[in-house]
Amino acid sequence: MSATSVLYDTPGTRAKRRNIIYTIVFLVVFALAVWWVLAAMADKNQLAAEKWSPFVTDSEVWTTYLLPGLGETLRAAALSIVIALPFAALLGIGRLSDHVWVRVPAGVVVEFFRSIPVLLMMVFASQLYVQFTDVSSDLRPLYAVVTGLVLYNASVMAEIVRAGILSLPSGQTDAAKAIGMRKGQAMAYVLLPQAVTVMLPALVSQLVVIVKDTALGGAILALPELLSQNRTITANYGANTIAAFTVIALMYIALNFLLTTFAGWLEKRLRRGRKSTGAVLGPDDVQQASVPGRAPDASGA
Amino acid sequence: MFDFLDSGQYDLLGAFWVTVQLTLYSAVGSLIWGTLLAGMRVSPVPLMRAFGTAYVNLVRNTPLTVVIVACSLGLGQTLQITLGGDDFKTMGFRLAVLGLVAYTGTFVCESLRSGINTVPVGQAEAARALGLNFFQVLTLIILPQAFRSVVAPLANVLIALTKNTTVASAISVAEASALMKTMIENESSALFAVFAVFAFGFIVLTLPTGLILGWVSKRVAVKR
Repeated sequence: MSATSVLYDTPGTRAKRRNIIYTIVFLVVFALAVWWVLAAMADKNQLAAEKWSPFVTDSEVWTTYLLPGLGETLRAAALSIVIALPFAALLGIGRLSDHVWVRVPAGVVVEFFRSIPVLLMMVFASQLYVQFTDVSSDLRPLYAVVTGLVLYNASVMAEIVRAGILSLPSGQTDAAKAIGMRKGQAMAYVLLPQAVTVMLPALVSQLVVIVKDTALGGAILALPELLSQNRTITANYGANTIAAFTVIALMYIALNFLLTTFAGWLEKRLRRGRKSTGAVLGPDDVQQASVPGRAPDASGA
Repeated sequence: MFDFLDSGQYDLLGAFWVTVQLTLYSAVGSLIWGTLLAGMRVSPVPLMRAFGTAYVNLVRNTPLTVVIVACSLGLGQTLQITLGGDDFKTMGFRLAVLGLVAYTGTFVCESLRSGINTVPVGQAEAARALGLNFFQVLTLIILPQAFRSVVAPLANVLIALTKNTTVASAISVAEASALMKTMIENESSALFAVFAVFAFGFIVLTLPTGLILGWVSKRVAVKR
């Protein structure tokens, strides 16, 4: 079904009246819910102006807490995706290898790391650095978070890479072979460059997942990223928990909304492109790739 | 190497049981909440559509950790909303379920909405031609077929949810990853063994879910 509006007829006079009644009922329920929340907040003195005003009037709350926190979030996310990408390419291509002794280990690694929670890997990596390296304790959270995210996202993106390569028409490989290319050459010069285009939207969507997962580092491993600034802000600006959470959540939403919109724009643009096959890996495939035993499947135009 | 399992000091099964409970309660809750959201997003009332769209876009772009920590610190500690839990433990568990439902519901909603799109237009048109109203079209004709086609995507959401329950350890719910953190610090000589045990636990939870529901999705798929 292309348009969901086939679920109902164009409203006539009665249906219009009914819709207005539904709207009013919904508004009343919604207003009651908002009223209840606001009343609870007012009761605990969370609506007081001085709890919210620092975010508007005091630039220090931004320069000392929120923006450095955002910077740390971005740093962890950027490091993770940059390190994970080459691993993902290796694992993804490895799973497509003709040699069993490459294909099976790559498959085991990918399936193992996608079936366990990323938090487990972060906690494990943190302890690993404590015991076997002398990384200083203020850098350790970042190392642990990035390691966990790399292990997890390399396996997830490996599946995206694999699906991207598999989505290309077999004629591409045939043509490469016909002009005398070796398997490695065909992969490097013909398949991978095209696969990158196919999976670009999916990789941008994966960045949203990574940004969201960095918050775990703040909550569990004391990485000084955006979420953990909530603690320092409420300690310094008079227990304004709700206000701080609202601002922090809005910052995450704005960042991820930008990334999601960019991914959607890329996907639309690539689907329209005349030169491509019309197969593109989008946000849905990212979700598919994060589940053990499933393979994402590039959908045609 | 695995002798920490016999020490009787750690309640491994108990911790995984909390993980399973978190998963089951949140799964049921988010299925209901997600269906309601999907219903709102395709409804003829513009205000409900707007609310559904806004909710899904806002919550889906918020990290789950923020949602759950906000539930605990914001709702629980600041606003004293205890959800009927008398002690700290039940309160934390219920707030974690609330956060997981609020977050996972958006993914259920989006899966269902794409399932609704797989139902042929003729089905809705025939239903409308019979004189069924929107609610009847949705509940009698469209949703039953949509649910059958989204078993596999919903299984993906369920597996992601199982992995996401570990975030509840951020508000000190005593589930598997919280126990792992304690054990990994106490049993530092058996670091790899502890990690292997917990990884195995999660593989046992996630892999069969995917396989069984994958089989179910083939069984119930509408043949077209």
